[in-house]
Amino acid sequence: MDYISEPFQYSFMVRALIVSVLVGVMCPILGAYVITRGRSFMGDALAHSVLPAMVLAFMLGFSPFFAAVPAAILIAVLMGGVSRRTGISEDTSIGIIFAGMFALGLVMLSVATNVNVDIEDLLLGQVLGVSQTDVYVSLGLTALVLAGLYAFHRQLVYTTFDVVGAAVVGIRTRVVEYVLLALLALVIVIGIQAAGIVLVMAMLITPAAAAYLIARRFVEVMVLGAVIGAASAVTGLYLSYYVDLPSGPAMALVATGVFALTAVGKRRFATR
Amino acid sequence: MVKTVSSPGISVDDVTVVRGGHTALTDVTFSVGAATLMGVVGPNGAGKSTLLEAIVGLLPLSKGSVQLHGSAAEKGGIAYVPQRDRINWAFPATVHDVVMMGRCCNLGWFRQPGQYDRDMVCECLKRVDMWDSRRSLVTELSGGQRQRVFIGRALAQEASVILLDEAFSGVDVGAQEGIIEVLQTLRDEGRVVVLVTHDLTNLAQRFDEILCVNHHICAKGPPEEAFTPEVVMELYGSHGIEFAANHYGPETSGQ
Repeated sequence: MDYISEPFQYSFMVRALIVSVLVGVMCPILGAYVITRGRSFMGDALAHSVLPAMVLAFMLGFSPFFAAVPAAILIAVLMGGVSRRTGISEDTSIGIIFAGMFALGLVMLSVATNVNVDIEDLLLGQVLGVSQTDVYVSLGLTALVLAGLYAFHRQLVYTTFDVVGAAVVGIRTRVVEYVLLALLALVIVIGIQAAGIVLVMAMLITPAAAAYLIARRFVEVMVLGAVIGAASAVTGLYLSYYVDLPSGPAMALVATGVFALTAVGKRRFATR
Repeated sequence: MVKTVSSPGISVDDVTVVRGGHTALTDVTFSVGAATLMGVVGPNGAGKSTLLEAIVGLLPLSKGSVQLHGSAAEKGGIAYVPQRDRINWAFPATVHDVVMMGRCCNLGWFRQPGQYDRDMVCECLKRVDMWDSRRSLVTELSGGQRQRVFIGRALAQEASVILLDEAFSGVDVGAQEGIIEVLQTLRDEGRVVVLVTHDLTNLAQRFDEILCVNHHICAKGPPEEAFTPEVVMELYGSHGIEFAANHYGPETSGQ
């Protein structure tokens, strides 16, 4: 029992636990939409594209949250806009913006002299270093995302399943798409604290994908994904504490392991 | 529970649609009134699907206008069942979930379906004979059963005009007859049902009217009057004449 409670005698571990659970729950809930809409590349690109905004926030001395959230929403809109206006495919426009913004962020980091931030923490996450303010902001953003998901649930479900039929019944499908991207941007920004820019995808899509393999209904994918995500994040946190592993990669590896076990288990079960 | 429909109708007036730089439809004018089951026939690429998309407002009109009359003009008055390749089958939805989507446009933000909505969905599932399969995933169903589910969704929406694009694609003949029976019942209740089809069998038994489209309206009317040898030739060329001879006898083939 002591093994379970021991890490939480330290306040930084309590903060890390709160953020890990929030990330573990929220990422797969949005991830359920990402995987069923085939938007995994968009999610990955969004996470990478907020780097310049986060570096700018560090340079100006305020929380990266306040820069990353509007930047992610803006980039999400930009990705759709570039595709429509130039006529190139959406994945190409996402790829161009993704690589360009990530490169810009790395260049800004290399030339910024007053930024005291570890690039590894940004890319791979460092949940053990979250502040009290980060916890409050994460809680606030989580509440905002849950309210948005609740308000738009039926429209999001309809447009994900049948975008044409949804448009005919009067759902403003483009608005719904941007709402989803904005919610996705918020969740990615919460997730970056725990898993970093590079590995937030592991929390976003892997638990949801594991849940997708065994759940029947979409809501079950969300709920089961949230359970797998939270379990992966907390297990990763323990591994980080006891085995001295970096927290982001530990969480990502646990989630990947759960997916692998689920895939193998489902295959064996199905062939019986 | 299913609301009474008040004389729905569609008027298409001098409509031209340009799609991808090509004129898909030219000067299309026709109207369809309440209690009509209409089939839209024509060769591949003739603009049949474009016509439906123009009616429901998914495509801009280069010229002309589309008017919806009576209950068709109300919110949710028109329901559209797209071709099956436009549905995201990766989305895990049960039969009940899909029919419940029909209630979507009748609920405001933050409102979740209530008892009325649940009762309505139950009734619609029974009407399209999908009640026993309500917990099945739509991906587990046959092509005919999927079409029934989408018709159930249109009923749950309380639509008075139902447009179906390629509803018989991937549906065997027996299941097609079952779908037609359901659609005829809806027609008898006063609805307008328009169905795009490639299947030319039993047109006279299935439809009140047919609309023959090949970038323009070639003919419109009861199948036995509209499906003349000249029209068949214009739509399908000599292969169409052979088909008509085999299925409708020498009168239609002109022999």
